[in-house]
Amino acid sequence: MNFETTIGLEVHVELKTNSKIFSPSPVQFGSEPNANTNVIDWGYPGVLPSTNKGVVEDGIKAALALHAEVEQHPHFDRKNYFYPDNPKAYQISQSDTPLAHDGWIEIEVDGEKKKMGIAEMHIEEDAGKNTHSPNGFSFVDLNRQGTPLIEIVSKPEIASPDEAYAYLEALRQRIQFTGVSDVKMEEGSMRVDVNISIRPIGSDKYGTKTELKNLNSFNYVRKGLAFEEQRQQRVLMSGGTIGQETRRYDETSGQTILMRVKEGSDDYRYFPEPDLPVLAISDDWIDQIKADMPEMPSNRRDRYVNELGLKEYDAMVLTQTKEMSDFFEAAVAQGADAKMTANYLMGDVNAYLNDNQVDLQDTKLTPANLAGMVKLIDDGTISTKMAKKVFKAITNGEEPSSYVKEHGLVQLSDPAQLQPIIDEVLANNEQSIEDFKNGKDRAVGYLVGQIMKQTHGQANPQVVNQLLMKSLQAK
Amino acid sequence: MASKIDEQQVKHVASLAKLQFDDDQLGKFTTQLESIIDLFETIDKVDTTDVKPMTSATDQVNAMREDIAVNSNQREALLNNAPDTEEGYIKVPAIIDESGDGE
Repeated sequence: MNFETTIGLEVHVELKTNSKIFSPSPVQFGSEPNANTNVIDWGYPGVLPSTNKGVVEDGIKAALALHAEVEQHPHFDRKNYFYPDNPKAYQISQSDTPLAHDGWIEIEVDGEKKKMGIAEMHIEEDAGKNTHSPNGFSFVDLNRQGTPLIEIVSKPEIASPDEAYAYLEALRQRIQFTGVSDVKMEEGSMRVDVNISIRPIGSDKYGTKTELKNLNSFNYVRKGLAFEEQRQQRVLMSGGTIGQETRRYDETSGQTILMRVKEGSDDYRYFPEPDLPVLAISDDWIDQIKADMPEMPSNRRDRYVNELGLKEYDAMVLTQTKEMSDFFEAAVAQGADAKMTANYLMGDVNAYLNDNQVDLQDTKLTPANLAGMVKLIDDGTISTKMAKKVFKAITNGEEPSSYVKEHGLVQLSDPAQLQPIIDEVLANNEQSIEDFKNGKDRAVGYLVGQIMKQTHGQANPQVVNQLLMKSLQAK
Repeated sequence: MASKIDEQQVKHVASLAKLQFDDDQLGKFTTQLESIIDLFETIDKVDTTDVKPMTSATDQVNAMREDIAVNSNQREALLNNAPDTEEGYIKVPAIIDESGDGE
């Protein structure tokens, strides 16, 4: 029997607003526990939440980035549950009227482009954070309570673990380029809930879904889904049935392990939030946000290819993160050659970031200094070999042209200065001239070596080659 | 007439609200909830065609606050009202059930 796979992804993204979604408490990380809380966050009786305009605006921005239709008359709903991370015993979310619906993003798998549907996107509040101690207590920090979230729910169109990976990557990029969130899995500003089911090809009914937890990177999402897809196939092929389960991905073994069996559906008893007035989002407001929208990665890629002459692959690598893409554009704006700048970013800069495990914005590298170095190579002042030293200097924040001057790294390109040196080397190496005439190409290499030695490696190899060949042919 | 709510459903609703009833209470609340459902069935008879669902008790629209952070500086007072605290955290009995998601 052949099966087809259906994957559902629910992605939560933390917004980078100044204040919380329903209270003016600051949204800030690394503060003392419970320092960023007030009576609203603690759910005191009689308090009144108020909607943060910035959250609605960021939500609309994200919706536009996902090509989704904005709901112009949304309201909030209460989702009821008891858990110590939320003292109100309900989360203010949206159920009936999500802020946006019916969007799509484009993904590429194995060179094939495909549009993946987004069912809906809503705004809601995050809960606090619990830590557990081994001696019978848990500790609650409500700083995160009320942090604005957007939740993005995919349509059941994702058909493979690779598509799920590509969907997450595309989603992360587009949201990041809007600037509303850092979208970092490792910092918890992007969280992914995953479900997967399989059914015999041609069946008109979806199979039973299992939910996967503990998927802390895109790679684990892909691996966990791939394992689960195989496991479900094995169960069905051997005549078994899939249970409605939550399973944990184990990073060490690469397997999914049963956590609990779900009975019935969750019973959250949603109802409209009575404490918050409804919203009316005007066309004008949407148009205004649209006009201020930052350029999306796909548009930047097109521009890099069509206007700057980069290869498609290079354009893709440069637009992986907004920091890299902004850095590249700033360097090119300083007059640096686009292709050479791209090569340095993808080569030396990426290697430097990997070796030191840092993000570009946390280094001393600046677009101006990288552009300065590229221009020095481009105009022949330094060789690419010298550039290795200069690159090291700019990672320490040094200005390239003054570094080059201080360290005498100026390339000798002036024929008037080089010719006498070449003549002298030739005069001292009659044998090599003979060898050259007899067709021994190695002689040229030897002579270039001698010239480089004479100039302490500062001669411009291209100019030397040209002058030398001319001189040899004249002999 | 078949009952509109049975004791099993009342038990379920009670557990969602973290309440526990003995048999007497269960019978009593089942009867009471049944009459509440009766009331709603009466209300349901009103013709509401062309009436928009009401989602808010106020007429206000777009009452939003600008995104400006204000720290309450009430941490100590808030923690004083918690049953137990430790190093700035609210201290609660160990949470074993991980089902709360808040998302």
